[in-house]
Amino acid sequence: MEQACSFFDEMMGDGDAPREPYRDYQDWVGAEDPARLRKKTVEAEVFFRRAGITFNVYGREEAAERLIPFDIVPRIISAREWARLSRGIEQRVRAINAFLHDIYHRQEILRAGRVPIELIAENEAFLPQMIGVSPPGNIYTHIVGVDIVRTGEHQFMALEDNARTPSGVSYMLENRETMLQMFPELFTRIRVQPVSDYPKSLRRSLGACGPEVCDGRPVVAVLTPGIHNSAYFEHSFLADQMGAELVEGHDLRIVDGRVAMRTTRGFTPIDVLYRRVDDDFLDPLNFRPDSLLGVPGVMDVYRSGGVTIANAPGTGIADDKAIYSYMPEIVEFYTGEKAILENVPTWRCSEPDALHFVLEHLAELVVKEVHGSGGYGMLVGPAASKKEIAAFRAKLKARPANYIAQPTLSLSTVPVLTKAGLAPRHVDLRPFVLVAPDRIDITPGGLTRVALKKGSLVVNSSQGGGTKDTWVLEE
Amino acid sequence: MLGKTAGGLFWMFRYLERSENTARLLDAGFRIALTRSLSAEDEWASVVTTAGGKQAYGEKHAQFTAANVIDFLLRDRANPSSVMSVIEAARNNARLVRTALTREVWEAVNESWMTLKALLASPVRERELPEVLGTIRQQSALVRGALHGTMLRNDIYDFARLGTFLERADNTARILDVKYYVLLPSVSFVGSSLDNVQWETILRSVSAQRCYRWLNAGDANPMGIADFLILDRRLPRSLAFCYSRIVDNLTYLAEDYGERQTCHDQAEAVYRRLKGNSIEALFDSGLHEFIEEFIRDNTALGAQIEEDFRFYG
Repeated sequence: MEQACSFFDEMMGDGDAPREPYRDYQDWVGAEDPARLRKKTVEAEVFFRRAGITFNVYGREEAAERLIPFDIVPRIISAREWARLSRGIEQRVRAINAFLHDIYHRQEILRAGRVPIELIAENEAFLPQMIGVSPPGNIYTHIVGVDIVRTGEHQFMALEDNARTPSGVSYMLENRETMLQMFPELFTRIRVQPVSDYPKSLRRSLGACGPEVCDGRPVVAVLTPGIHNSAYFEHSFLADQMGAELVEGHDLRIVDGRVAMRTTRGFTPIDVLYRRVDDDFLDPLNFRPDSLLGVPGVMDVYRSGGVTIANAPGTGIADDKAIYSYMPEIVEFYTGEKAILENVPTWRCSEPDALHFVLEHLAELVVKEVHGSGGYGMLVGPAASKKEIAAFRAKLKARPANYIAQPTLSLSTVPVLTKAGLAPRHVDLRPFVLVAPDRIDITPGGLTRVALKKGSLVVNSSQGGGTKDTWVLEE
Repeated sequence: MLGKTAGGLFWMFRYLERSENTARLLDAGFRIALTRSLSAEDEWASVVTTAGGKQAYGEKHAQFTAANVIDFLLRDRANPSSVMSVIEAARNNARLVRTALTREVWEAVNESWMTLKALLASPVRERELPEVLGTIRQQSALVRGALHGTMLRNDIYDFARLGTFLERADNTARILDVKYYVLLPSVSFVGSSLDNVQWETILRSVSAQRCYRWLNAGDANPMGIADFLILDRRLPRSLAFCYSRIVDNLTYLAEDYGERQTCHDQAEAVYRRLKGNSIEALFDSGLHEFIEEFIRDNTALGAQIEEDFRFYG
């Protein structure tokens, strides 16, 4: 195994012996023929291709469908570690929902001066159309992905909140499916908490949020931008697994104050619309008039209680990275407790002292746009050239409030299988949270993303990242 | 079910059926080219015409050579009915209706697409043709097997079957449309060896040569062949067989949905004409006119199904 330098390795810890959660796996993998394991990697690829678990790359005809590389070494978390982590996630997600409700109603947190009003007033994701709207069960974000990084034995931190439309859950499920097919013997040796209930829980959570007009079993539909969207596989996968219809904007129409889908027998009302279309494109009458992906008038139906939209429009304010920096205050304000899950220390460049510090230390920091996502529009200081830093400095000075900065994190590593054997690579984790009026479900584990390039800290699939199956062990 | 989904299923199975039919036409054409090299060019021309590609072919090629026809029918993206084009269209429709398919059916279609894409990545040489055509037929059998073995018999299945049989009826009718003249009684040709080859080709292009031999103890005659392809309800590619299935599947839909539509009356009218007819009467009133009318009615039925079940709005 290559030497892991100053990073926390989740398999080997600091010493030569594997950490407790990895002990049984280490026994197994140590006895396996490396050639057989490499063959399994090829098998996994065939499995993904055949099942069509691909994502679309825009604008490239030839390589239009790509696989996200899958590594066959699982990332393993103990039951105890997970219990603590999930308590922190649950608390954070409750706070996010309370925050969203507050922002679109009385705005107590702004009046109390705990979050500056500019952060809302200047937030592109804030929707005036949502003011005073109370969605069923007061739930704004039904499906949340909280990105978690680990830097030490006990250091888990939230890196980002995805309260808008988190994606990747189909990979979590298919990764497990693949592992079960390829290594059945491992799952008889090691007891891993199942993830396969997710679609059922998703159906139940969405069903529990039906609008008042619905008096039977709620009709759920997944709204996709269509077959060319990069996440289309996930949209069809989730609809399929839930037994819900997969609809596009042109299948829908407003009929008698309800959102209805065109079936072979006429129009049928939908109660809950799990939309995977961004706010801007949802309703050409209320938002972008040129959008062909949405349904004209759906916002009016929503506001009058004729349909539930999940996640609610306007939840994107919670994904904002400047808002993120206030998350410890937000958690405390709404739950009355200290945040269990820590934040990564964050400098808000809107504050003069912080800006001064960031400009002095650009080469060491990671600087992000407050509205950015997917690893775009950010500066990774230690990996950037002098020229890139200079260019970024100019952008930062021009619009300081558009940026936040964080220290370059020592992300933990987990081994991946390389041609030369196991080698440590940096990982993060996106657990998936489902919020219903009466309960919060967190699927044990989540999607582990791994930077496949040696030393790289960028785990995004658009930039050479892969995924792993994530195991939470039974007690 | 969404109207869009019904349309996606209908077309997915039309395209799959078409890929198999094109492979079969090529097989029959290849056979005649091998055994009758003098009439090969005419034969290739009629294969392209039957496959509905006469115009598109003419825009690219001046002559009907084996290499050009094979490439046009198997690989050419400019030909919307080439095997590669229709497999891709079938797979795109399968992605669109993924939620209506079992995992087995989806994977069979997806694997067909992957297999044929690799197989047809470069031009197919004549000596590879039998194997390539065999693979195409095999892939289509795998999808059909997955469909029969795993799908619920509900409206999803009905739309899939409607697509299959409408396309198949169209294909058999086109073969007859192009070849009807060799089936007409004509003193000068009776018993000539050319006719025998042509009759064999017709049977071969609907995979019916063996069945026909069984039933007729090897005695081939044009009226018998026409009867077999048009009116015999035992042959799975005959017009009568296709329409008995179309009427069945439409009837299931009417029972399921509790209402009959215009398309039900249309399909039954076509079926009555096939059921209540004798081949002698059909020849008397004009074989070609009958076939042309059938093709028109079949196309109209497809459009009516689209409308009645709201495929597009």
